[in-house]
Amino acid sequence: MSTPLSSMALVFVASFIGSFGGVFLKAGAHRLDKTNPLGVLRNWRLAAGVFAFLVSSVFFVMGLREGELSILYPMVSLGYLWTLVWSRIFFGEPLTRGKFAGLGLILFGIVLLGLGNR
Amino acid sequence: MPTVVVTDAKRRLSLYLVFACTVLGAGAQVLMKIGASSIDHPTLGAKLLSMIANPPLLAGYCLYGLSTILLVLALRHGQLSILYPVIALTYVWVSILSVVIFHERMTPLKIAGVAIIVIGVAVLGRSSKS
Repeated sequence: MSTPLSSMALVFVASFIGSFGGVFLKAGAHRLDKTNPLGVLRNWRLAAGVFAFLVSSVFFVMGLREGELSILYPMVSLGYLWTLVWSRIFFGEPLTRGKFAGLGLILFGIVLLGLGNR
Repeated sequence: MPTVVVTDAKRRLSLYLVFACTVLGAGAQVLMKIGASSIDHPTLGAKLLSMIANPPLLAGYCLYGLSTILLVLALRHGQLSILYPVIALTYVWVSILSVVIFHERMTPLKIAGVAIIVIGVAVLGRSSKS
């Protein structure tokens, strides 16, 4: 069984869109106000974050219909890599050696899980 | 963006919240797998109906909702670049639950994968102490 390029492209897009889910949720989380709990309903950033996750899951499911999990599974976690970049750009979070090391290990572990699911 | 004083205690709380979020997320995936196996109707209408009147599937969606709320609470005081990859712990719980509930085989590769993800998360968690 081989993995069609279209499946890889779909999963790639899913990981990209999904990474913005975290960005919007964080931006929305900063604007939560304990004195105004109903404000959460008017927090468009949180809504955008949830929407990004939903759209991403649609692309993910479409991508997973064909192809090998051992290739597609690790590709989903590319989202963690995008997130590292967005965290730096949008929230000024430092890129440290510990983060790269931790992320590298997690990606490697997911590759092994994908291979184990063959 | 309002600058908030983030203490070590708050940073730790963020990690615990994301940790709980991954447990709920894994529970959601298991429930959805159980629910999805009963959606096998030929027509679209029957398919939609079986998705709505499907307790495990609905419970799965509720857990996803809960886990998203926990993630938002965690993100208030934690770094996105640390907390987001920690969600990978979901893979670990799902792998374990798949063996326990669906009797899937645990291969050496999968065990190695799970162990390395856990180490990676620990490394990330440590790097949150600036």
